[in-house]
Amino acid sequence: MMMKEPLVTAELAREHGLNDEEYAKIQEYLGRVPTFTELGVYSVMWSEHCSYKNSIAVLKTLPKKGPHLLVEAGEENAGLVDIGDGLACAFKIESHNHPSAVEPYQGAATGVGGIHRDIFTMGARPVASLNSLRFGSLKNPRVRYLFDGVVRGIADYGNSFGVPTVAGDIFFDESYEGNPLVNAMSVGLVKVGETASAIAKGEGNPVIIVGSSTGRDGIHGATFASEDLSEDNESKRPNVQVGDPFTEKLLLEASLEALKTGAVVGMQDMGAAGIACSTSEMSAKGKSGMRIDLDKVPMREEGMSAYELLLSESQERMLVVAEKGREQEIIDIYEKWDLNAIVIGEVTSDDKVVYYRDGEMKASIPADSLVLGGGAPVYIRETRRPGYLDKKHAFDFTSLKPPTDYNETVLNMLESPNVASRRWVFEQYDHMVRTNTVVGPGPSDAAVIRIKDSNRGLAVKTDCNGRYVYLNPRVGGRIAVAEAARNVVCTGAKPVAITNCLNFGNPYKPEVYWVFKEAVGGMGDACLALQTPVTGGNVSLYNENPKGAVFPTPTIGMLGIIEDMDHVTTAAFTGKHEILYVGAPRRGLGGSEYLSHIHGLTEGDAPHLDLDFEVNLQSALLDAIRAGLICSAHDISDGGLAVTLAEMCIFGGIGAGIDLNKLGDDPVEVLFSEAQSGVVVAVTGDDLEKATAHFERAAVPVVHIGRAGGSTLDLGELVSLPVEAMKDRYEGAIPKAMEGR
Amino acid sequence: MSVKFGVLVFPGSNCDHDAYHAIKHVMGNETRFIWHKEHDLGDVDVVVIPGGFSYGDYLRSGAIARFSPVMKSVVDFANKGGLVIGICNGFQILLESGLLPGAMLHNRQLRFTCKFVNLKTENSDTPFTSAIPEGTILRIPVAHGEGNYIADQQTLDRLRDNGQIVFTYCSATGEVDDAFNPNGAALNIAGICNEKRNVLGMMPHPERAVEKELGSSDGQFIFKSILQHMISV
Repeated sequence: MMMKEPLVTAELAREHGLNDEEYAKIQEYLGRVPTFTELGVYSVMWSEHCSYKNSIAVLKTLPKKGPHLLVEAGEENAGLVDIGDGLACAFKIESHNHPSAVEPYQGAATGVGGIHRDIFTMGARPVASLNSLRFGSLKNPRVRYLFDGVVRGIADYGNSFGVPTVAGDIFFDESYEGNPLVNAMSVGLVKVGETASAIAKGEGNPVIIVGSSTGRDGIHGATFASEDLSEDNESKRPNVQVGDPFTEKLLLEASLEALKTGAVVGMQDMGAAGIACSTSEMSAKGKSGMRIDLDKVPMREEGMSAYELLLSESQERMLVVAEKGREQEIIDIYEKWDLNAIVIGEVTSDDKVVYYRDGEMKASIPADSLVLGGGAPVYIRETRRPGYLDKKHAFDFTSLKPPTDYNETVLNMLESPNVASRRWVFEQYDHMVRTNTVVGPGPSDAAVIRIKDSNRGLAVKTDCNGRYVYLNPRVGGRIAVAEAARNVVCTGAKPVAITNCLNFGNPYKPEVYWVFKEAVGGMGDACLALQTPVTGGNVSLYNENPKGAVFPTPTIGMLGIIEDMDHVTTAAFTGKHEILYVGAPRRGLGGSEYLSHIHGLTEGDAPHLDLDFEVNLQSALLDAIRAGLICSAHDISDGGLAVTLAEMCIFGGIGAGIDLNKLGDDPVEVLFSEAQSGVVVAVTGDDLEKATAHFERAAVPVVHIGRAGGSTLDLGELVSLPVEAMKDRYEGAIPKAMEGR
Repeated sequence: MSVKFGVLVFPGSNCDHDAYHAIKHVMGNETRFIWHKEHDLGDVDVVVIPGGFSYGDYLRSGAIARFSPVMKSVVDFANKGGLVIGICNGFQILLESGLLPGAMLHNRQLRFTCKFVNLKTENSDTPFTSAIPEGTILRIPVAHGEGNYIADQQTLDRLRDNGQIVFTYCSATGEVDDAFNPNGAALNIAGICNEKRNVLGMMPHPERAVEKELGSSDGQFIFKSILQHMISV
């Protein structure tokens, strides 16, 4: 027995998250009052999650063109970059924040699954996975529960699916309390010219649903993702889907095999808003329509209504449009992998998506009216510069007391959850499967993946310091891109393109929207300067908890190309090498980890960054690596120079002696400033002059600050620490914190 | 003579391509995939059961794989003396199939663990270990959630007395101690063979350690041993 459908009114529309203006627009598109099913479809398709209605106008300002791009942002499920040797790389990052806040294990797992589907529906085989995670303080048991669950979810899904999780970034700050960020990124490879498109065209072509059967799970997940989190989110637990990595593995293999037949016209993942979204987006893209018989959809539960079938977010499903007459070839392949593949309808030549249930037409909607770039609303919200900025920028740094014991301060910094070793996390991830991980998580600024049968490789990294963006959205946005690029350069790669996941608060708050606009503007500045266009990504708004918005966090996923695997460089000291500091003066403590971890303060302005200087530094460093001059390279970021040097010692199991006086008068700034555009490199004694001259020629400041060797790290007169002691604190911090100590 | 390797492919296998790459492209042997629905192993000389999650392994690792058509053939093949090596999930499947004794528990820390470990060769007189130079400690990665080997005391005694314990977890200098045990396995067991020595199961992944650029090529010794053995018989 089907439930009787409720009467559609403006009131019901509001309950669906549609305002009166939007409800009026729907009636205009349809020329009548929508049916209950239609209202449901509009509500999810016009949710922030699917329509980007409050962000698209701002996103359009980002640079999208570049010499390597084969598919531009917004054209397909993910961006596509030409990496040479006839290969292309598809990559994208996406958020699963709200599901992970209420059900961390499944929320994170299905985030991983969803992003991989975006990649392999383009015909690319996923080769690497990354994750960018943000949590509150580990002192809070609830945060430890969330952190543990998210890591397990990512691990169990990725490990079973068989794609290595090779890199990522994790940051803890109380602002993320109650609203963690879980951004998952997938990187795939495909031969140029063998990619698939998410399009429906050709009248009479069959529409096939493949993969898992459809249940009531995740109905209105997209709408849920488009609201502030509140105290009663526990009750939203049924909105979170359940992942099945085994079925996803079957779906991957079967889909890549199906694409090889040439009988596939188009293919799209079913993520948010399930059948409603995939049918309407594919139709709109092909300027066609679809007639769908929902009775044919394989169902997990009895008595599902059209409304439920269209909005279900059951995982591990895809929609395939095949060439008429060749559908059996496709079905046979999916059946070989023991998967459902059922024809549920056909492509039509009008522009409407029409859905039937029990022989009755339940919805008939112009496809274009539903989608982003078509009839979905576009808003430019009111902006207001937040008042806190001036107060933060006026902070008096002379009021800070310098450390009394520098040794203990450095050890303490190494124990900060934002600095400490991530081994506890990455050893739970299979980071080696597929045997391409040349540099995995740990002793490097970015991961390096080789490409079999090629001398080229990929360097990948996610990055964003939300604290910087909070203190100065424009500069923080620039730094997010610049630092991710610098990380990739340190491994020997040329940064070529980014994907991004923009995690912000409620766009209806003018201060939040101002920050959003400024941060995106900053990202755009840096992307232009570094020639790393945006290939796509995802926006996650409403990241708030009862205390307010999270740190604005535009996470960057950077892709770099290594032209010759001989160039691969890590951050570990590998011998008694000469140590050079290359880059900008170590000045300013604003937004630093030192300030936060040692003094408990989030104050000042974001660290200094000059984009022209940064571009010059990165190009000089890459040239030096390619010329074979550099033995190790490590970017200076969270924790400053002290942490950078300590890590290089810990990774290499070798000490170093450093003369701090050569870098400035104030040891606190020299050791802990997070001023941008700074890198520590090691060179052999024989290459010292050559390397110095190289950087001088490029007009990049270079200072010979010391030598690696011995078993202690000596920083002038202030610090003398055994490498083993540093390693114990660095490696022990997260396991200790997870035990609640 | 050329030795023919067959790598089984279950729908959830995910180290099948790694094993194929290592054996064929790196070691230069004739290698083919064998689909789990096949009954006939053809003319292969060595069967490799690779790592992964055979049929999802939501129940218990390898519990369903043992009923697959291909495993019936593998059991016959092994009973006739054919060489079978099961790696990680392959080891779990060999236990479930009864080709090797004992069972696997979840790792004692109740977490998946992926890292390089050191292995001591406890028995060099097997088709899988004869080419490992005396006293060499192998550096090979593990990646599993259920590698905590367990058997009753009688079985453990028999394994030890018969020389069926092939690899144990140890320190970089060869000290076998619980401190170097990544999962809690009884007697630090990383790999065992059957009485006839023609079936080996091991949790570490030798196929991930055949190229220096990935951190170690020690896994080559195991494949070289197999070749040496096949050529000698």
